[in-house]
Amino acid sequence: MAEFKRPTTQEEFDKNFKLKKPLMNDTEAFYESSRCLFCYDAPCVQACPTSIDIPLFIKQISTKNVEGAAKTIYDANWLGNACGTVCPTDVLCVGSCVYNHQDVKPLQIGRLQNYATKNVINSGKQLYKPGKDNGKKVAIIGSGPAGIACASELRLLGFEVTIYEAKEKPSGLTVYGIAPYKITNEDVLDEVEYLQKQLGFTIKYNSPISNKAQLELLERTHDAIFLGLGIGATAGLNMEGENLENVIGAVEFVEDLRMQHHLIEVPKKVIVLGGGNTAMDAASETARLGAEKVYLAYRRAKEDMGAYSFEYDLAVSAGVEGLFNCSPIEIVGNGTKVTGVKFIRTSTEHGILRPLNNTEFVLECDMVIKATGQAKQKKFTDLISDLELDRKSRIVVDEKNNQTTNPKYFAGGDVINGGAEVVNAVYDGKLAAKGIHQWLTK
Amino acid sequence: MADLSVNFAGIKAPNPFWLASAPPTNSGYQIIKAFEAGWGGAVWKTLGLPTINVSSRYGAVNYGNTRMAGFNNIELISDRPLVDNLREMEEVKKHFPDHAVIASLMVDTREQWIQIIKDVENAGADGIELNFGCPHGMCERGMGSAVGQDPVVLKTIVEWVMDAAKIPVITKLSPNISHITDPGLAAAQGGTDAISLVNTFKSIVGIDLDSYAPYPVVDGKGSNGGYCGPAVKPIALNMVKELAQHKDINHLPISGIGGIETWRDAVEFILLGATSLQVCTAAMHYGFGIVREMEAGLTKFMDERGYNTIYDFAGKALPNVTEWKNLNLKYNVKAEINEDKCVGCDLCYIACDDGAHQAIALPLDGSRIPSIIDENCVGCNLCSLVCPVEDCITMVRTDDGKENVTWQQLTDKDEIPSTFNDKRAGGNGHYVPEPSKALRSK
Repeated sequence: MAEFKRPTTQEEFDKNFKLKKPLMNDTEAFYESSRCLFCYDAPCVQACPTSIDIPLFIKQISTKNVEGAAKTIYDANWLGNACGTVCPTDVLCVGSCVYNHQDVKPLQIGRLQNYATKNVINSGKQLYKPGKDNGKKVAIIGSGPAGIACASELRLLGFEVTIYEAKEKPSGLTVYGIAPYKITNEDVLDEVEYLQKQLGFTIKYNSPISNKAQLELLERTHDAIFLGLGIGATAGLNMEGENLENVIGAVEFVEDLRMQHHLIEVPKKVIVLGGGNTAMDAASETARLGAEKVYLAYRRAKEDMGAYSFEYDLAVSAGVEGLFNCSPIEIVGNGTKVTGVKFIRTSTEHGILRPLNNTEFVLECDMVIKATGQAKQKKFTDLISDLELDRKSRIVVDEKNNQTTNPKYFAGGDVINGGAEVVNAVYDGKLAAKGIHQWLTK
Repeated sequence: MADLSVNFAGIKAPNPFWLASAPPTNSGYQIIKAFEAGWGGAVWKTLGLPTINVSSRYGAVNYGNTRMAGFNNIELISDRPLVDNLREMEEVKKHFPDHAVIASLMVDTREQWIQIIKDVENAGADGIELNFGCPHGMCERGMGSAVGQDPVVLKTIVEWVMDAAKIPVITKLSPNISHITDPGLAAAQGGTDAISLVNTFKSIVGIDLDSYAPYPVVDGKGSNGGYCGPAVKPIALNMVKELAQHKDINHLPISGIGGIETWRDAVEFILLGATSLQVCTAAMHYGFGIVREMEAGLTKFMDERGYNTIYDFAGKALPNVTEWKNLNLKYNVKAEINEDKCVGCDLCYIACDDGAHQAIALPLDGSRIPSIIDENCVGCNLCSLVCPVEDCITMVRTDDGKENVTWQQLTDKDEIPSTFNDKRAGGNGHYVPEPSKALRSK
């Protein structure tokens, strides 16, 4: 029996996808903030990719300077609210809180962060003003976390900024790719709107940049271009049966889910292929959509998974069953629809994956979700001259300023790291903005 | 944006946050670190004939899990040779010409005062602070609080100093006295340029139950220490107010000291007339970085209220601190419990029933949500003070604000209770349960 009943209304959907880190109330925030030790050179700050001054903003919450706390957060991280909820805090700030060494519950840093940022987002408090116009223009491709962070920082420095976004909503995977129990669409979009209102960057929606002529036009009309392209669609498995109905990519599945909520339906039996965080999300989400049986199949051992262990635990708690050392070799179907996946059992010796002879078996299902990696944006990046890519097709940048080998282009986020956290993209965007500023004003 | 800079009796500093003369200002290294961290000034650890210190020097009062709510020390003045301190003072001033460096001094004879004043002036000190406060050790030798407790001696020494000094002189007072205005007046009459207060309180923070000696224990014995930290702030605030309201003292700038740790503490001292603030315990607890919270909070407060400098609101609370006899007896508040926020701890009930005025009733339905008995509520605040939930119990005004009757007016009209059973007693007719109602069995 499934843990979750299929949600048929928004209300039921919200129940099944209840936020893991709900907003704190005033009492909770006051108590929690009062517990902070204000560590020197705090481990939580060191663990934060954007180096937010965490002890300071927590102290500010405890002294009822909540706006000041929000300012401290945004000074370091332009998506402070999104990061508070979507960051894997258990392995970052919260995981490094010194209370962990005392077997005392660590500070709930992410939730305190949201308490402060939501306060200013809700009140519309103006914390920033655009810098004095410096006469220079920057185009940003992609309004994901890297693009938004870059745009905000550039506006602070007085640049004119236009973001070109292929989709109809801003913030990239934060709105299209994060599990709904981590953050709601409204929360994501409210934050972008809050920044946009204060800083005034332009976002052109439904405006994909996809050919050479468009790029050349951007090059002619802008002093620098930031690439925050993100990562592409789910990569193919190159496997028989992959084109059957009900075989879909995880990225596409999550996007559908984020946009349609309870209006999408999943069949009874689902197999999710993969061992990364996206696989965990997809498995957890199908279970919450009321699938009766959800298998998470990974070709290597459980401990080899790329996913955080708490993400796997979350999926298991939603009723997902893990299958390890099972490698898919064929998607089985009835000619039109998927009916199962043929696996072979594997073992790993000295890091090398070996299929075990005569261990093939077919596991029946009505749907397969591939969370086995995403394609790179190579088709696009090939359009830019002198742009060096590494052997994994990631754009090579100077890590001091995120400038690419074509000096007019800067880049950040998944397009340079191959797929990491929102917080890493935010850091990249800000760093690139400073890099652009330095390059154009030197 | 608010300008935090101050000109305190001619001593200029970029902000009013100064380190008090204490262990954090023992060396040039520490003071430079502090200035780098954002402090606007520092009062050098008291210089004089170098002393010899004991081992085990500090003790603390922890309140629940809150460390160092109160703090005391038996460390004496600088135990480093004067020449070393002077050399470092000169170096600090070279690096930070615009920050305030004030030499705290404590010597015995007139000749010593004259000599040491010349020495610190030559080293570049911006001002002098006379340490008439330390209530441990030095007072046994006729210095420190021994001077602060004897207005005649205090005035004489201030006169010696004013004769010799070319730079501004701050007289630091001891709170170990019945009327702080007595030494305050003596300092003013002696011609001091400014006053700072409070120094530490004579204290025993606790007794070690094994050695039966007071903390901090020195080889099985202890001595009274000087008490400071957040616990002393209320007493310090009152003493600052006493001087700031005294017509023969309040022409002097006041440097407020005593438990300042947050921006709120700072604002409170300024509202009572202080125009520079000295901090020790917070820096000893959290390091110099704690100033970030104070500075950010003070700036935000000033920006929000439209104050350009701290002088725009210094002393603004003074007209509202009056004698009890001038309070409006017709003003009336009553407690109101927010049932939605109430968690059912019933601390308000028992606090009121046992500790106050029997104005809270428990429900009969077992719901644990108490209610206020309006006719019994005297508006004492106790329930709202013990309530653990933010804004759950609020005090709501119930009089119409039209009447203003004070004890003074009643006295003038001869309408105050004048016999033991006077009908005009304030609590006459107020409901009190019969004593027998408290019996558990009859």
